[in-house]
Amino acid sequence: MSAGLLDIESLDRSEIEQILERAKFFQPPPNDTYRRLESLKGKTVVNLFFEASTRTRVSFEIAARRLGAETLTIAAQGSSVSKGESLVDTLNTLAAMRPHAIVMRHGASGAPHFLARHLRIPIVNAGDGTHEHPTQALLDARTILDHRPSLTGLRVAIIGDIAHSRVARSNVHLLAKFGAEIVLCGPPSLLPRELADLAPGVQLAWNMTDAIQGADVIMMLRVQLERQHEAPMASGEYFRFYGLRLDHLQLAKPNVIVMHPGPINRGRELSSEVADSQKSVILNQVENGVAVRMAVLERILS
Amino acid sequence: MSSLLIFGGRVIDPASGFDGPADVLIRDGLVEAVGRNLEAPGASRFDAAGAIVAPGFIDMHVHLREPGIEHAETIETGAKAAAAGGFTTICCMPNTIPVNDSATVTSYIVQRAREVTRVNVLPIGAITKGSLGEELAAIGSMREAGIVAISDDGRPVMNSRVMRRAMELALAFDIPVIDHCEDLNLSAGGDMHEGPQSVKLGLRGIPSASEDVMVARDLLLAELTGARYHVAHLSTQRSVAMVAFAKSKGIKVTCEVTPHHFAITDEELGTYDSNFRMKPPLRRDRDVEAVIEGIVSGVIDAIATDHAPHAGSEKMQEFERCPFGITGLETAIGLSLSELVHTGRIGVGRMVELFTTGPAGVLKLNRGTLKPGAPGDVTVFDLDHEWIFDAQQSCSKSKNSPFDGRHFRGGPVATIVGGELVWQRAQ
Repeated sequence: MSAGLLDIESLDRSEIEQILERAKFFQPPPNDTYRRLESLKGKTVVNLFFEASTRTRVSFEIAARRLGAETLTIAAQGSSVSKGESLVDTLNTLAAMRPHAIVMRHGASGAPHFLARHLRIPIVNAGDGTHEHPTQALLDARTILDHRPSLTGLRVAIIGDIAHSRVARSNVHLLAKFGAEIVLCGPPSLLPRELADLAPGVQLAWNMTDAIQGADVIMMLRVQLERQHEAPMASGEYFRFYGLRLDHLQLAKPNVIVMHPGPINRGRELSSEVADSQKSVILNQVENGVAVRMAVLERILS
Repeated sequence: MSSLLIFGGRVIDPASGFDGPADVLIRDGLVEAVGRNLEAPGASRFDAAGAIVAPGFIDMHVHLREPGIEHAETIETGAKAAAAGGFTTICCMPNTIPVNDSATVTSYIVQRAREVTRVNVLPIGAITKGSLGEELAAIGSMREAGIVAISDDGRPVMNSRVMRRAMELALAFDIPVIDHCEDLNLSAGGDMHEGPQSVKLGLRGIPSASEDVMVARDLLLAELTGARYHVAHLSTQRSVAMVAFAKSKGIKVTCEVTPHHFAITDEELGTYDSNFRMKPPLRRDRDVEAVIEGIVSGVIDAIATDHAPHAGSEKMQEFERCPFGITGLETAIGLSLSELVHTGRIGVGRMVELFTTGPAGVLKLNRGTLKPGAPGDVTVFDLDHEWIFDAQQSCSKSKNSPFDGRHFRGGPVATIVGGELVWQRAQ
């Protein structure tokens, strides 16, 4: 199997550092537009999205094109998948057209790992079920490093629906590899105790005050209603106990940054005032998404 | 009139306490004698030198998929796999299409088995109509047609009152009630054992408690009714402890474990290979250790495979979409030897018990022994033959085994049913 990018867990620290360093090179100069590069000229990248996505899909497309690659995006709706073709057959069909890499998002945890065992083509995981979303963690790390000299020793609070969050899992693996202190916070049914075993340096908290105390970084997660089979608490109580408001920020370090993988739900995970505050780096994250994905595609394809 | 002399082997017959070099003479389908240097002019002869000669092994928990799901397995192919795995008797669960909840379906299975195989196929009837958990099935008529137990296997009876009535009725027909213990509300949507591994992999968990609460309920109902109750594929530390406790209180409970639940853990699921997906799910080290301790101490009565064939296309999917279950008939002896006997946890005699007197006792079968007059069913196996299991070469129609490519030491040599050689290892 050719090496793609399936998860953060199996990367080592130096590989992550190389990607983050290269991504810095791809960040746009302020007030300037991108130059178009040619390093992936003649390569074809297929984006295969079995789950709805706007930012990740567009981000991968732009990343590939800025490097000179051809891209083709397929959404599961309207493809042969809806005609009953199995995932393996769909991928085999695509592979027969010889693209150089497949970027895939899928609702089933492990779907890219399953395919990687049966296909020779590199697969980039753009989010698999509730397992991992490696490029999100990389862009989050790039964003933190734009505001802090190092990840080591930082206190990072990740708050929300941890159980169903691939973003949280990838971030935990990445941050732990660099020695950050990670506090995962959410209502108990969305915060399985076993998360504490996911990586070294992980603590769990059921209330926001504990989680935010002294935090350098606060990552809010989207409430994944589509993956929850039952409500973790009475509707209407969620924002009251697990939503981020301006007054919470007093508890954190003065230079705390607030992150969110998007799409944000104002008034559900965080208040509008927080989303628009100076502490919010949400749009930097989006910008870094392109840079990090350029670094990942270049690494895999050139 | 035919006769077969199996000579030169080491005979182990736990029912009579015999373990030593001996010959076994089978005449007209029944064991005639076990002893040294038996003379049998005119008999066919089977050379068992270097091998162990045991009563025919019984697998009390298999899925044969016929009628209705013949693309995955048939009675014929399942029985072939059984013979190739050293089993002379298999008990098939009722989750066919239609469900075996009537004498008609039971009779079909019995009749069909007679036509296509020499292996003894003993059906298990449903507890409730359609295994829907509501109305009792035609248990008495099925018993007359040949069932040896009742179970709603993969669709366990959730209503405790219905389970109580089933246990009461089972008393009248002298059969055990077998339960696949799973609280369907607790396990709903689950993909694998709930623990650090499921959290890491982002797969939905099936907690041990979903098994344990049902074992607890059933033990209390067994005490209430006095019925014979059997726990299918027990897999957790707590369930082993509860069964041990119930036995000490005189509750009529027995239980089985599968080879995969004592051989491997949920650590195997890291590759999202659906051949590791089954119910109950692969548990943790401490559960495997408790299961093995239960085998050593005698809490566990039988090893059963829960052979669950699924066509390749069904298993070649995203993990969460694949059906539960793996094949097991052809790897059971090899796994028992490698994980229990070669590791020194039990002697080979105890292993033979778990495949013979154990299940025969649970089901009150006149089998599982080489005493004169018993059915001439014999399993010949060895302890040292090196071999590799190749799922593609399996006699089963389905190839969904997590043990594909596994290296084994010791395994089945020959399978004899009613004095007739039905399978022999290729030389």
